[in-house]
Amino acid sequence: MNPPVAPATFTAFVASERLADLKPPASVRPSWPVALLRTYFGTPGNAVITLVCLGLLAWLLPLFLSWALFNATFVGTAAQCREAGGACWAFIGEKFWFSVFGLYPFEQRWRPATVLVIFAAMVALSTQRAFWRRELVYGWLGVLAVMWGLMGGSVLGIGIPGLEPVATRLWGGWLVTIFLSVFGLAMAYPIGIMLALGRRSKRPIVRALSVAWIEFIRGVPLISLLFIATFIVPLFMPQGVEIDRLIRAQIAFIVFAAAYMAEVFRGGLQAIPKGQFEGAASVGLNYAQTMRFIILPQALKITIPAQVNTFIGLFKDTTLVLIIGIFDFFTTLRSALGDSNWLGFATEAYLYAAFVYFIACYTMSRYSQRLESDLSPEKVR
Amino acid sequence: MTTTDRPTAPKTAFWNDPVKRGLALQAGLVLFVVVVVWAAFNNMSANMLARGLTFGWDYLGRQANFAIGEGLISFAPTDTYGRAIVVGLLNTLRIAVVGIVLATLLGVAVGVMRLSSNPLLARIVAGYVEVVRNTPLLLQLFLWYAIINALPGPRQALPVGPGMFLSNRGMKMPWVEWSPALWPAIWALVAGIVASVVVAKALKRRREATGDAPPVLPIAAGLILGLPFLALAAQGFPATLSVPVLQGFNFSGGVELSPEFVALLLGLVLYTAAFIAEIVRGGIVSVSKGQWEAANALGLPAPRIMRLVILPQALRVIIPPLTSQYLNLTKNSSLAVAIGYPDLVHVSNTTMNQTGRAVEVILVFAVVYLTISLVTSAFMNWYNGRVAIRER
Repeated sequence: MNPPVAPATFTAFVASERLADLKPPASVRPSWPVALLRTYFGTPGNAVITLVCLGLLAWLLPLFLSWALFNATFVGTAAQCREAGGACWAFIGEKFWFSVFGLYPFEQRWRPATVLVIFAAMVALSTQRAFWRRELVYGWLGVLAVMWGLMGGSVLGIGIPGLEPVATRLWGGWLVTIFLSVFGLAMAYPIGIMLALGRRSKRPIVRALSVAWIEFIRGVPLISLLFIATFIVPLFMPQGVEIDRLIRAQIAFIVFAAAYMAEVFRGGLQAIPKGQFEGAASVGLNYAQTMRFIILPQALKITIPAQVNTFIGLFKDTTLVLIIGIFDFFTTLRSALGDSNWLGFATEAYLYAAFVYFIACYTMSRYSQRLESDLSPEKVR
Repeated sequence: MTTTDRPTAPKTAFWNDPVKRGLALQAGLVLFVVVVVWAAFNNMSANMLARGLTFGWDYLGRQANFAIGEGLISFAPTDTYGRAIVVGLLNTLRIAVVGIVLATLLGVAVGVMRLSSNPLLARIVAGYVEVVRNTPLLLQLFLWYAIINALPGPRQALPVGPGMFLSNRGMKMPWVEWSPALWPAIWALVAGIVASVVVAKALKRRREATGDAPPVLPIAAGLILGLPFLALAAQGFPATLSVPVLQGFNFSGGVELSPEFVALLLGLVLYTAAFIAEIVRGGIVSVSKGQWEAANALGLPAPRIMRLVILPQALRVIIPPLTSQYLNLTKNSSLAVAIGYPDLVHVSNTTMNQTGRAVEVILVFAVVYLTISLVTSAFMNWYNGRVAIRER
């Protein structure tokens, strides 16, 4: 038996009084001047970047402001503009309504003006998700028909009583840009869905034709399609049949847009898990029902942001009709540059056009970003 | 042999048989396409006959009678339409290759700058990206062209870099004057590239075997730049750098880039770089923070974290959209027709106006663009396959 072990003696250190508080680490909440200094001049490299940026701004901003603001002429004649030496915004004021309506007969301008108001109201309505229902689609189809009828004075060749017919070659300005992009999207949407479904089809011929369309259109520049529409399509028509020039450009644009939309939809279709198809099959839905009730609603919803982005690209691409001489907003504005009373104000005109396109595209892209976070809250970090 | 007296499945009508229905659907589709194409060609031959047009390629051999402002190979109005189209194609490839290289460099720089911790830089860069991405390219091209035409003449040209001058006549920059004595240097360059590939492979094997990480990049750079330099030095530097010098009313020496080329290049590069910047930014952001932290924990220095851990993962996200931007730039170069740079479309347009051969001319440039697109995407798919995740 071992002798009992003597209990070990412990030396314990116990604070007998409270120690002074430590200061919080320097990295926590510096005062705002320190934070500011650290953000902009924290390291030598950072300081150099800040100084270079400030230098650039200090050099360019006064130059731009004196041209665009201080020496600019806002109201006046071309002679006054040249005397002032700065930007000639009076030129834009002079040509503003021309850039909206183009060569549309002056006394009939209430018609495109009404079209613009209806269009703006429809767009405002469509941005509200509360109105996202089937009726909105029908509403748009009706509104597009009304817009077309009001502008041209006839629907499908039948004159509307009380409205003087206006040939499409007199259409111009914002109206043509809106028509090209909105009609383009409205028609490209269903065709794009069909192409996307065709590309994912089990039937080899359907698939081959869809792939051929999509890859050909996406492989050539839009200009070549516009050339084809202008120079070759008239040759394809039976003799005596002529399609309006604007409509031909519109068709080229639809064909182009459909191929790009198809790739967006294909991305959506590929993202739908296989279980959805199997689930639909197990409750006895056929192909058309599966697509219509199960797959497409999901595929279209998840691609809405991509659809908006594609549409922004298409909207910008409508400017290319300039090359085949169709008077969209940009072409109309450029034709205003040829006014012999107002020569030499190209930069102002381009900046005005850039401003209009920027507002339109930037609004759309911000809207699409908001939509993206609204539609998939789980992805927001 | 036994005969089954099991009840056979009820006979389905042929329109309810999915196989037969599929065949019928496809046959109908083929028939529809054939009829449409046949009708179109029938109408076309009737229309061309009525307008006195003929289809054929003989025009390619005829004298063009128009001048082309610039090109990589010589062209005179007495040359043929065929040669004119080749000149246009080379001009398209020139703008596309130079544009892709510059847009990639600028785009990567801008994308990284937008992630800078300095808010001033990040905001300025974001402003550039948003403005450029949200306005039409055609508009930007016209704006650049107007600005270049509004520049002072050669005597007050803006110096934009060492030996580089920008004026309303375009850009002047130094260029190596060609002489046959340059061939050894070119062969040395090729040899340097081959040698560096071989060395890189050997070093990679060694790294995988022993864990040593010899400096691959400096060695490769030394080989690629050093060998041509030695070749030139051995000959006593036979090449002369031609530098633009102001003489009288214009510059002499150096190489001249036309105002159209400069405007088109500027427009395409600034436009595409903004898109590439967003792709690069997205790629870098997509690599999770844990990767940075883990690499830090291993004690890797920052440049090697970027090169060995972050970039390989970011590239997987970056490559596919980058490919489509390269293709977009190439296709967008066709907007040259609007400002008068003699690219393929511009030359084709002139040819079409002079010969009336719309179908043949459009066919030629559509097929050329299609080929460029398919070849580029095939190459990029191959490259993408190399950097994609290897599932084990």
